[in-house]
Amino acid sequence: MNRSDPRPLNLLWLQSGGCGGCSLSLLGAESPDLFTTLSAAGINLLWHPSLSEQGGADLHRLLQTIIAGDLHLDLLCLEGAVIQGPNGSGLFHRLSGSERPMRDWIRELAQRAEHVIAVGSCAAYGGITTAGGNPSEACGLQYEGAKSGGLLGEKFHSLAGLPVINIAGCPIHPNWVLETLLQIALADLGASELDELQRPRSYANHLVHHGCPRNEYYEFKASAEKSSDLGCLMENMGCLGTQAHADCNTRLWNGEGSCLRGGYACINCTAPGFEEPGHPFTRTPKIAGIPIGLPIDMPKAWFVALASLSKAATPARLKNNAHADHIRVAPGNKVKDK
Amino acid sequence: MTRRIIGPFNRVEGDLEVQLQIDDGRVSEAWVVSPLYRGFEQILQGKDPLDALVYVPRICGICSVSQSVAAAYALADLQELTPPPNGELSGNLILACENIADHLTHFYLFFMPDFAREIYRNEAWFPAAEARFKAIKGSAARQVLQARAEFMHLLGLLAGKWPHSLALQPGGTSRAIEVQEKARIVAILSGFRQFLEQVLFGDSLENVIALDSAAALDNWAAQAAPGSSDLRHFLHIAEALDLQDLGRAADQFMSYGVYADQGQCLFTGGTWNGAPGSLDQTRIREDISHSWMHQQNEAKHPFDGVTLPSIDETDAYSWCKAPRLDGLVVEVGALARQVVNGHPLIRDLVAQSGGNVRNRVVARLLEIARVVVAMEGWVHALRPKEAFCHHGKMPDEAQGYGMIEAARGSLGHWLKIKKGRILNYQIIAPTTWNFSPRDAQGAPGALEQALIDAPVRDGEKDPVSVQHIVRSFDPCMACTVH
Repeated sequence: MNRSDPRPLNLLWLQSGGCGGCSLSLLGAESPDLFTTLSAAGINLLWHPSLSEQGGADLHRLLQTIIAGDLHLDLLCLEGAVIQGPNGSGLFHRLSGSERPMRDWIRELAQRAEHVIAVGSCAAYGGITTAGGNPSEACGLQYEGAKSGGLLGEKFHSLAGLPVINIAGCPIHPNWVLETLLQIALADLGASELDELQRPRSYANHLVHHGCPRNEYYEFKASAEKSSDLGCLMENMGCLGTQAHADCNTRLWNGEGSCLRGGYACINCTAPGFEEPGHPFTRTPKIAGIPIGLPIDMPKAWFVALASLSKAATPARLKNNAHADHIRVAPGNKVKDK
Repeated sequence: MTRRIIGPFNRVEGDLEVQLQIDDGRVSEAWVVSPLYRGFEQILQGKDPLDALVYVPRICGICSVSQSVAAAYALADLQELTPPPNGELSGNLILACENIADHLTHFYLFFMPDFAREIYRNEAWFPAAEARFKAIKGSAARQVLQARAEFMHLLGLLAGKWPHSLALQPGGTSRAIEVQEKARIVAILSGFRQFLEQVLFGDSLENVIALDSAAALDNWAAQAAPGSSDLRHFLHIAEALDLQDLGRAADQFMSYGVYADQGQCLFTGGTWNGAPGSLDQTRIREDISHSWMHQQNEAKHPFDGVTLPSIDETDAYSWCKAPRLDGLVVEVGALARQVVNGHPLIRDLVAQSGGNVRNRVVARLLEIARVVVAMEGWVHALRPKEAFCHHGKMPDEAQGYGMIEAARGSLGHWLKIKKGRILNYQIIAPTTWNFSPRDAQGAPGALEQALIDAPVRDGEKDPVSVQHIVRSFDPCMACTVH
């Protein structure tokens, strides 16, 4: 254990209205693996639905012990949205082996937790589970979409004095979670380390655009027109990488991947409301040929001026490659005259 | 007679509760309860058809790509679109990687830890099982996580990320790979083969695939010590506990077929009940008589399926619907796939002892060997610089379906579009088949049947035999109700 405090941090991981994909993503942690990192953080896994031996009656006993205050809960992680339906009853998700809605267990346990962590966009803001007409009446732990509130309410602070820590993403990158847990273990996670939407700044201070392998196409507005084209995906294909807060193209996924590297648009899955963009996900909405969603912090007039200028200067190589699925024209070599 | 409720039933994907009636130390009746409803079929109504590719993978974090592939097939069906050979091969590699990673996760993290429970402490084989498979602490867990993560670099390269990729498109894949990436995938597969041969099998993949009868399997297992590989370790425990006598359901097996390669499936589809049968998707119906759904007069084909939750139904006990083929309960999964496809070892095992805990696990591990060898062939067949994706027009009005095999069995998507929008989208997932509630005739689902007669040891609250039977199906509850 690397912490100076020798007491292990007790972690309880619960799932509700979600797909389990954040846990599955977490299992892909590398260098070191998940269990090694948890022990580096001095974390004692009280229970995780996919990993722990015990279930059923043993889990119910554990939850009762925590609620009674007989076992200290340092970290409460929730994966999946909080389910409130039908008609506010919460019965769309009853905790197995009990007659109570999961929502009520989560609310009670949150009062006992040193830190409350929403793992993934569902637990943070509602996420995909709230798409369409939100049939399960789901919400996030402390948000309902972009609106503060959710299950625990705007004013909620965990025993450590922090609001819910929103590790948003659909799914999370394993290291977003593990680094946040390590920061907590090292006493390095204060309120200033969270952004306006309570996401860890460690990854939310970046944009998906940073490190995008298509940035030369972006610079010259050489745009893809169909799936598998190499060009920039912003103009036509719905890409929100210039607005999305995350470090996907500098940190990379499953070795060398990211959405952009996989050939498809960033859908801004770390943001509240990403699940209902108001237009088809992979088609960029435009007014008079100009994309409605412009890069963050960029004045529209400048964007339009720069775009038309760079379009006029697009090298033939990029124009050609942007509409191909592999490099047709390689960058030229400047050969020095002797 | 006692009634017992087990939940949450963990080390399965998603939420599960099992209710048991126990008479004279045996389970006499069982009810399988899916306690979570999210409503994806409602969410999808009115959406742009291609948006399904964003929503459906998020039904399930462990079958994410499988959901994408089923949707892509359904969309291709209504666009009358065929992917180029590269798109088909790359799609197969992506789906195979998820399916094989899921088999591995199931065996090592979900299923085997039950043999390291305290109740087995006095068994001769216990110390070795505890050291190797104890949940979180056993020596296998870290080793497997690393091998799994390195194997999934294939998904980073071909699909951008896992889970929840948008690379799977109706006309192929969005990521055309270059020749050096093809080389990387060859290297990744080679590393994974080494792990399988050294750790899981203790033999070459080819020798495992060549096992052609129950006798050949017994013979192979006896050739080395149980500790020499994890498959032998399992077979040793299975023999000691007679796992071939545990968890038999109706022995009606079904597979939709999967890994299409120029008109041929690596694993062909069909049915098996001691003899082969053909499969016609028009004969599928979903019964909701015991589901918390607004009741209807009759079970409906998924093209006409309705999903309207209602908590007040008197006979209902699950959010899961009850799919039936020709009115029959069927079992799906790796065992079904391999028996339908006609692998001689699995045909022989099923002929001798039917579907049971041991045979389900053996079929899953055999499938790992078979699919990894096929993946090596697919990657060699990739032709960089040729197309990975075809493009088509979305009709305004059409219907289509996509049927594939996920790790856990048969997965189907049926959709109708009208005025360019999704009118109806119905999903039947593998565990919807295996863990369905009773139907209008009162016939219990496959797991409900498999649990009958499970022994309950003195003083057990969550019977360990029930743990083995439930997990032998590798249930995915997130998909089940969606």
